[in-house]
Amino acid sequence: MSQSLRPYLTAVRHSLEAALTLSNFSSQEVERHNRPEIEVPIQSAELLLQPMHISRNENEQVLIEPSVNSVRVNIMVKQADEIEQILVHKFTRFLEQRAEAFYILRRTPIKGFSISFLITNKHTESMKTGKLIDFIIEFMEEVDKEISEMKLFLNARARFVAEAYLGEFVY
Amino acid sequence: MDKSVLSVYKLVKAPIYSHCLSQDKSLLAITCENNCLIYRLGGRHPQLVATLENHDKTVTAVDISVHGRIVTCSQDRNAYVWEPLSDGSYRPTLVLLRINRAATCVSWAPNGYKFAVGSSARIIAVCYYEQENNWWVSKHIKKPIKSTVNCLSWHENGVLLASGGTDGFMRIFSGFIKGLDSKETMANSPWGSKFPFGSLIKEQYQGGAYIHDVQWRSNIEKVAYVAHDGTLDVLDYQGNLQSVNAPDGLPYRALLWINDHEILCAGYNCHPVMFSEASQGWKFARDYDKIAAANVLEKTATGSSTSSSQFGSTQDEDNDENPTFGISALRKFKELDLKGKVSLEQKESAHENAIVSLIPYAESNGQITQVSSCGLDGKVVLYNI
Repeated sequence: MSQSLRPYLTAVRHSLEAALTLSNFSSQEVERHNRPEIEVPIQSAELLLQPMHISRNENEQVLIEPSVNSVRVNIMVKQADEIEQILVHKFTRFLEQRAEAFYILRRTPIKGFSISFLITNKHTESMKTGKLIDFIIEFMEEVDKEISEMKLFLNARARFVAEAYLGEFVY
Repeated sequence: MDKSVLSVYKLVKAPIYSHCLSQDKSLLAITCENNCLIYRLGGRHPQLVATLENHDKTVTAVDISVHGRIVTCSQDRNAYVWEPLSDGSYRPTLVLLRINRAATCVSWAPNGYKFAVGSSARIIAVCYYEQENNWWVSKHIKKPIKSTVNCLSWHENGVLLASGGTDGFMRIFSGFIKGLDSKETMANSPWGSKFPFGSLIKEQYQGGAYIHDVQWRSNIEKVAYVAHDGTLDVLDYQGNLQSVNAPDGLPYRALLWINDHEILCAGYNCHPVMFSEASQGWKFARDYDKIAAANVLEKTATGSSTSSSQFGSTQDEDNDENPTFGISALRKFKELDLKGKVSLEQKESAHENAIVSLIPYAESNGQITQVSSCGLDGKVVLYNI
């Protein structure tokens, strides 16, 4: 792990620990509703807490938006060039299409970010908060590795295809 | 597990939002999803004796009066009073709360003739029994509550009612009901001279942080509350506020006066913490059932570069250098398999999730010696103090 990644992840971990203090909160606007307050149009400002923006550089940022009963975690994955942009888009889309199996994954990311998680009080009640945080931190670590690995594969494959194709023209 | 943990009862799979003991400590009532479960204590494990099922949404709070009546309230906007019958069952009576949002908390007055219900409708309903209609009717406290009421606590005189909510105010109201309360009980109260129903006696702004729990200490006329900013605050009738921060930063959900100079708090850190009053004010005293610091350190270090050494040395480093499809998939599954094992090594406290309520279990000469707690992990734990 590089030198600047460690403090970045530690900052994200501690911010998440503080943000994941959720309680079961029934809507005070709509009768008999219990909904994630971070996802509904703002009617009672006191239910939303201060968002936390942690950025390592302009390409790698995390925005944590807490509220009384839900937290939205938005992650911007590093995208250095166009190939990585395509790869990140395809990769997150692949995950988002299977959002049911991931429980905390949000189906669409917030504008400006690559992937979003939505953690509600239901999740923190049925799962261990520490493990949820571990999962998100691990995801942030792994996704960079995954993307650069895929990029290497892509380059290797492109070279192989090009060689095979151009080999046809050698007499 | 620590020596302070007396016993751990894993009662239900769903979170417990509130629990309560009867006057003689023989019955335990807990909330579980849409029901309220009654257990008989004594013996090795609590025995389920009754299920109170009339609500059709999550039950948020339960309380037992000195006479053995149980009151439950729920997010379906209703509250029921359950009268114990001779055959061990309970007869429900609907309470006319007249609120149109969820009921969040409920508390019997010490004399057992009235109770207060807090709600998301920004209303506190003080309910009492009306003989002629054979109903529990309510009177509303509306002003100046601006958001959901989270917690309520009655003073021992049965008139002063402390409340806290998500608007960040701790407020003390008068819950004086004509015909039920007599003016003599309030004759020498330091909180004021006149107590008409619904009047605001005191107000304390907590910087907008949600108030999670509030508790009276009647004999010294102090009220303590815990807020989402991770503080414990103690207010007296002169308006002096003393505040102390949580040592590990996470907010508390519940508090309990152990004696006049000690308060037990518990919340998202999953173990109780004792605060005591010294000459310079309130300060942290000690932890109960805290997991060892070494484990915590290890936890924060996971996901660092140590992972390869943790997952066994049979995995040679060459695999990392030439990632081919088959082997990387194999490694993934191996790691997943091994990671399951790693998590088992961590020692855990008695509660695995946030503690949401604390109640006294045993007392001896004015000092609480045993405390019962319930948590979002569906456990009830008894602690020795």
